[in-house]
Amino acid sequence: MSALAPALTYAVPARRHPVVQFILHQPLGAGGLVFIVIMALAAIFAPWVTPYDPLTVDYGSMLAAPSWQHWMGTDSFGRDMLTRVIYGARTALAVGFLASFVGSTAGAIIGVVSAYFGGKIDMIIQGFMDILLSFPIIVLALTVVAMLGQNIVFGVDINLIIAISIPMVPRVGRVVRASALAIRELPYIDAARAAGFTNTRIIFRHMVPNVVAPYLIMLTAYVAQAILSEASLSFLGLGVTEPTASWGLMLSGAAADFYQQAPWMIIFPGLAISLAVFAFNLFGDSLRDWLDPKIKI
Amino acid sequence: MLRYLIHRALLMIPTLLGVAILVFFMLRLMPGDPVQMMLDGANVSKEVVEAERARLGLDQPIYLQFIKWLGSALTGDFGYSIWTGKPVLHEIAIRLELSLEVAVLATMLAVALALPLGTLSAIFKDTWIDHTIRVFSIAGLAVPSFWLGMIIILGLLTMFSWIPPLTFTPFMQDPKANLLQLIWPALAVGYRYSAVSTRMMRSSILEVLQEDYIRTARAKGVYERLVISRHALRNALLPVITVIGLEFAFLIGGLVVTEQVFNLNGIGKLFVQAIARGDYTLLQALVLLVSVVFVLVNFVIDMLYAVFDPRIRYR
Repeated sequence: MSALAPALTYAVPARRHPVVQFILHQPLGAGGLVFIVIMALAAIFAPWVTPYDPLTVDYGSMLAAPSWQHWMGTDSFGRDMLTRVIYGARTALAVGFLASFVGSTAGAIIGVVSAYFGGKIDMIIQGFMDILLSFPIIVLALTVVAMLGQNIVFGVDINLIIAISIPMVPRVGRVVRASALAIRELPYIDAARAAGFTNTRIIFRHMVPNVVAPYLIMLTAYVAQAILSEASLSFLGLGVTEPTASWGLMLSGAAADFYQQAPWMIIFPGLAISLAVFAFNLFGDSLRDWLDPKIKI
Repeated sequence: MLRYLIHRALLMIPTLLGVAILVFFMLRLMPGDPVQMMLDGANVSKEVVEAERARLGLDQPIYLQFIKWLGSALTGDFGYSIWTGKPVLHEIAIRLELSLEVAVLATMLAVALALPLGTLSAIFKDTWIDHTIRVFSIAGLAVPSFWLGMIIILGLLTMFSWIPPLTFTPFMQDPKANLLQLIWPALAVGYRYSAVSTRMMRSSILEVLQEDYIRTARAKGVYERLVISRHALRNALLPVITVIGLEFAFLIGGLVVTEQVFNLNGIGKLFVQAIARGDYTLLQALVLLVSVVFVLVNFVIDMLYAVFDPRIRYR
């Protein structure tokens, strides 16, 4: 007995808060998260943190180089670039989160339903997903944009969100289906069936909560993809339209005409896209490693 | 092997048919009447519009239109572009060479970078070599190709006063001018491409290195160099081939934005033009082409798997 005593007094490490654990184990991901939070705060409080108005045209200071008055210079309308980059974060994050939420949620539900029912239903759903998967992301998004046109509700183009989220559905669906297939075989699902619960109840109360890990991982990863899609579509003139500030839109049109005169018009919006996507990728990767390393994004 | 090949080939048919149906009906939902767009608001009588609709077959029921379109598409006839009036296949063919060449160049670049970098990263896991390569590749996923293209143009413009040429020089005509024109867009899209492949290469090797046969090889005293090159690399390559194949397929039609930046008249630019003009005969052929390429590449990848990994054939 006495030999066991030291083992009994062994200090059990205090259980840390999950957020603290995440920061300790995934410092890079935590860095990404910090950047995302800063960006989100800047976007939300844009009117208070920006030095100028994003829409005010000032022909007196057209194409001004970066200076103490205009840290990132001005564009061909004399609008302050820093202000527009911060307002652009609003567009990017709003579209990014909304599209990723819509796409991942639809994908997750379809994935779980497909796995739960199996058999013919699974085959038909997967067949349809395969069809969607055979379009490149940008091609599918472009086609949907062309098909739907614009539909602005509360300042957000709903159809743009749909166009960006549709290509995510089969990709998220596939990953979530794989996780759900494993869950379907577990005894508590059998128990729920034996108890006579409806399919809807089993799917939403018993299966969906157990695929939250892959869902969250895909959701984060696809915010980055959505930001890229929004930038590409806006660049092509098929996404967000002037005068709304959008990083992709800032790179198109006039920016290309002033390559040499005003390189800051090209450099800063692109840097903003890259940093935002980089932060979400870092965070998403770490979230994956932390929650479920086996998932392939 | 032959049985597997035939079985896998037959599986492509429902997918391709589904793609064709989806593309056809999706594009019919597009807003705007192509005939009106073509006549560009010109003040013409109702009869002229109706005659034009009849000429294009737009007055028939939609399922008949589909069957007719599918029937001629199977014989290689995709009809005429509503906008230019030339055969759709001709419009695509004259641009395919360019897009294909950029895709091939980008693939070569990606493979040349990804295989050594991914291997080094895996062998020297958690050292500064690994960290540097991982930062390089995760950055490659973040930088949009079209912006990288703009930065490349900016650099070339500042250093050499180079501007993207307005016309395309075919390789056969002047290989040097051709390569000088296309190497930059290939570099812009190739960075992302190589980043994706490098990551896959790294994780694939790390996975293979856990296998029993690697331990056996090491235990029997095989040189580490040979363990990596003969045992690990061979088995790690399959998932990388998948990624490379899929990215290649996407590049054929997915260069949409980069082609715009470099002023290249390829498939991607044609795609945007077709959307802007509501030219759906062209659009449906383009979307179909892109997804057929994708399905075929998938088929080839599966065949490669079966060749390299006999276990797959006998399942």
